[in-house]
Amino acid sequence: MTSHRLPNRGRVDHARPVRFSFDGRSYQGLAGDTLASALLANGVHLMGRSFKYHRPRGVVSAGSDEPNALMGTSRGPRRFEPNTRATIQELRDGLEATSQNRWPSLAFDFGAINDRLGSLFSAGFYYKTFMWPRAFWDRVYEPVIRKAAGLGVSPSEPDADRYASRFAHVEVLVVGAGPAGLAAALAAGRCGASVMLVDETAEPGGSLLSEPSVTIDGRPAWDWLAAILAELAALPNVTIMPRTTAIGYYHQNLIGLAQRLTDHLAAPPEGAPRERLWRVRAGQVVLAQGALEKPLVFDGNDRPGVMLAGAAQTYLNRYSVKIGDRPAIVTTHDSAWFAAFDLAEAGVKPAAIVDLRASVDPALAARARALGIEVLPGHTVTGTSGRLRVQSLRVNRIENGKVGAAREIACDAVLMCGGWTPSLHLFSHTRGSLTWDGELKAFLPGEKTEAVQIAGAGRGLWGIAAALDDGASAGAAAARVAGHDATAQGHAVTVDRTGSGITCKELPTDRDPARAKAFIDFQNDVTAKDIRLAVREGMRSIEHVKRYTTNGMATDQGKMSNLNGLMIAADALGQEAPQVGLTTFRPPYTPTSFGTLAGYHQAATFEVTRKTPIDPWAQAQGAVFEPVALWRRAWYFPKPGEDRHAAVNRECRAVRTAVGIFDASTLGKIEVVGPDAVTFLERMYTNPWAKLGIGRCRYGLLLGEDGFIRDDGVIGRLSEGRFHVTTTTGGAARVLNMMEDYLQTEWPELKVWLTSTTEQWAVIALQGPNARKLLAPFVEGLDVSEAAFPHMSVAECTVAGLPARLFRVSFTGELGFEINVPARHGRALWEKLMAAGQPYGITPYGTEAMHVLRAEKGYIIVGQDTDGTLTPDDAGLSWAIGKAKPDFVGKRSLARPDMVAKGRKQLVGLLTDDPKTVLEEGAQIVADPHQPKPMTMLGHVTSAYWSEALGRSIAMAVIADGRARDGETLHIPMPDRAIPVRVVRSTVFYDPEGARLSLREETP
Amino acid sequence: MLLIRCPYCEQDLPELEFAYAGEAHIARPQDPSSVSDEEWRDFLFIRSNPRGVHVERWRHVNGCARFFNAARETVSDRFLATYKAGEPRPDIASLSGEAR
Repeated sequence: MTSHRLPNRGRVDHARPVRFSFDGRSYQGLAGDTLASALLANGVHLMGRSFKYHRPRGVVSAGSDEPNALMGTSRGPRRFEPNTRATIQELRDGLEATSQNRWPSLAFDFGAINDRLGSLFSAGFYYKTFMWPRAFWDRVYEPVIRKAAGLGVSPSEPDADRYASRFAHVEVLVVGAGPAGLAAALAAGRCGASVMLVDETAEPGGSLLSEPSVTIDGRPAWDWLAAILAELAALPNVTIMPRTTAIGYYHQNLIGLAQRLTDHLAAPPEGAPRERLWRVRAGQVVLAQGALEKPLVFDGNDRPGVMLAGAAQTYLNRYSVKIGDRPAIVTTHDSAWFAAFDLAEAGVKPAAIVDLRASVDPALAARARALGIEVLPGHTVTGTSGRLRVQSLRVNRIENGKVGAAREIACDAVLMCGGWTPSLHLFSHTRGSLTWDGELKAFLPGEKTEAVQIAGAGRGLWGIAAALDDGASAGAAAARVAGHDATAQGHAVTVDRTGSGITCKELPTDRDPARAKAFIDFQNDVTAKDIRLAVREGMRSIEHVKRYTTNGMATDQGKMSNLNGLMIAADALGQEAPQVGLTTFRPPYTPTSFGTLAGYHQAATFEVTRKTPIDPWAQAQGAVFEPVALWRRAWYFPKPGEDRHAAVNRECRAVRTAVGIFDASTLGKIEVVGPDAVTFLERMYTNPWAKLGIGRCRYGLLLGEDGFIRDDGVIGRLSEGRFHVTTTTGGAARVLNMMEDYLQTEWPELKVWLTSTTEQWAVIALQGPNARKLLAPFVEGLDVSEAAFPHMSVAECTVAGLPARLFRVSFTGELGFEINVPARHGRALWEKLMAAGQPYGITPYGTEAMHVLRAEKGYIIVGQDTDGTLTPDDAGLSWAIGKAKPDFVGKRSLARPDMVAKGRKQLVGLLTDDPKTVLEEGAQIVADPHQPKPMTMLGHVTSAYWSEALGRSIAMAVIADGRARDGETLHIPMPDRAIPVRVVRSTVFYDPEGARLSLREETP
Repeated sequence: MLLIRCPYCEQDLPELEFAYAGEAHIARPQDPSSVSDEEWRDFLFIRSNPRGVHVERWRHVNGCARFFNAARETVSDRFLATYKAGEPRPDIASLSGEAR
């Protein structure tokens, strides 16, 4: 089984076998393998099926640009990942990999019928085939397309892994640890600059790992590499991060890095994060990402066994795997010749080197012949054969621009090279301009927008010596900008393999090009003729060609296909490549897991959960919680056997008949202090404040400058220049921001100070006829009788020995108090009140009961009964406007024509004909449920509850001209029926006189 | 994520610390009741939204909490200047010259 592995070479550990499985079959690889190299070592070339035609596919590359060898990998339940690139996934003991996009098996797949039906699936087939009949969309086309679409299978369970994130600041960030990146890191690191060197692969070295025959500074490449890595590792100012992909280049040199931490480990440490997202702010960035090899475009260039020549060289030299015994080489660039030489010297017998160029370097040709390789310059490839593995190559001589007779060359692999594309993805993220190099037929970095250096093959330089020198210069330049005294040291290189090549569109053929399956984008099954068809059908912009054909839209994001697609599109358009232009590169550079991007924001740490001081008590009581803004609030307190409705009804009864206790600590609280505090409130809130007495409270209504309701709350005056302002739970930060905005920028002359005190106070509401009887014995320094401390009073006093601010307020319509004590004492006071309240029937109630009780009284909740389009008049709150005030925020807008026009939606009450029917909040309201669709909607239900006190359902709604419809019957269409409702002008359903607010019971 | 210079803290700090607050130098009329509906509409809703230099308000909300003004090039998303609330608008022509 291991006959494809050559002994005693490469960077794999021949003494450490690693077991893994692929499609249920067990295999053995070596430590240091990737999944792809281990499969190749076992003679497995068939690794996947293509997206559209389900064609059998083998591995094409040895890097992150791999379009074909995508697999599902798993390390057990909730740890499955689709579309893992076998070329990146390091082999680990017990790794389970499965092939994708095939049924029932990889070797025999029914979906391959699509390949025979190729003419139905031409470019833009989505737009053509699924046009009509329209009725087919929902039932036929969409389900079928959805089922067929996508590679791999999304995990269906929550990810069991943890993910981390971190910030870093460095002077020089070097992306890519090939020769250019290493030299840059060395030049910058040696002079003391703080350097981070990242590489997406497991091992730094880049092309050096595939070119062991080069010597640098008198040492073999791998010895030099080891020495350099040791030196860098010893420098305290240098960090080397392998398995770390720079995924995005953002403003002002902020780079996103995705670091893979445990996917390569057979047994990850317990709790270790799987991946980590870094946000690195770098003074200077050195991009040393190298160049990507281009495939050649010819009929049958996608059969398993056809791969990039550079990849074959990497598999040989780095992983000690021969990709075949008799490979044929097809190239337009010198680099593939060296791959052939390395294979020949390793004992493989290359069948032939086919070069599109009529004349090649005589030294290369001579060396090939000396190695026994047939040399075919001026030839083209016009086809391949073989079902699950390539078996032969069809080769034709090109003479005077004409394709001559064909001959077959038997082979078990085809190594292709169409030249190299500088990797400019990250540079393009910065919106740096690209310039076309007509000689190299490549885009190179042009004008920069960031503090960045591009070094080596990434700017079109070829060869190890050039990369090292360029990297050293870039690293030194970056360090100098950072204020270090840096000079670039040169590196002496021998046996460098420089070379050149040409760039082709699809290869010339003697056959009908319309029948050729010459692939450009392997994963998305885009062929040369698809591009030409798109141009024929009117696509002119490369962005349109891309979207019409899906070229470059696969998971490799066009790393392999962009340039070939562009060359062919340019040819079809009769334009030069730079006129046609490139599509836009966007982050991320390679596919990035959602886990990495989410980081710590999952499960309990998805977002901040604010808890009140009384929250632990509620939890211990078995309360059910609900999120309110960032707060976690007790929703209701079920007793054994109670469902939500039973619990809420019991809590409501207790408040109406005895006494309820409620944790109101989440209320927003702002302390407004200063000699101009009252002036400030006069200008901010609609209500008049000047005459509010010390020790008195008033309901405050806050508008936006546009006149719409923004927030409300009770405001108490503690002294001449000190107000205790409360806001809605969710609105606290917004209100403070709005107040600060006006104070700082419109009225900076006012002497007012604003302090958020939300978390300084624990707030306990006692509501119900027994509230005063329970509270009074705890209060010192204040007479809380009805006469001395009436409704809407506030005072500072002592409650249970604690300094307190006591409010006589009610959000239930009952006699009520809200006791503010320093937060740390909240729970102790709560427990004392609970104990003392037992004889009075004290009952803790949650937010649901609070909502019901306030709705019975018609008290609005801003954000539920209002939605940012309601004026005070719309909400029935005109009484809260200080009519005599010359100005307040939003006042002028209330006089705008639209704000006083007829037909505005107004808040009213709704009563269902059937008292047992509780409406759905958000339900739409119509006058006639039998009118044709789309119906004219008059408004919607904002609040709807079962009222235990009234023994029937109640609701509030906003309805066009609602108050004028008092007594009218309207309808609420639901999926199964229409519910008739009666409009009532008043939203106060319970105790409309407010008698219960000022209950004068016997004071004990 | 942008780096923004707070003119009060006099430091370049990450965008995470700041909140955007709309176009700058739009003063609330001294006496709103005296302005016409059209003038009030313009004050409320009409903004310049330029392609180029935009003067805008920011708040260092997770820092000193002060509101300040900034001139930002909307094409490159570069800050050309930040300055304290109440200070005059900088000379846009000279700033955009620097930007190029």
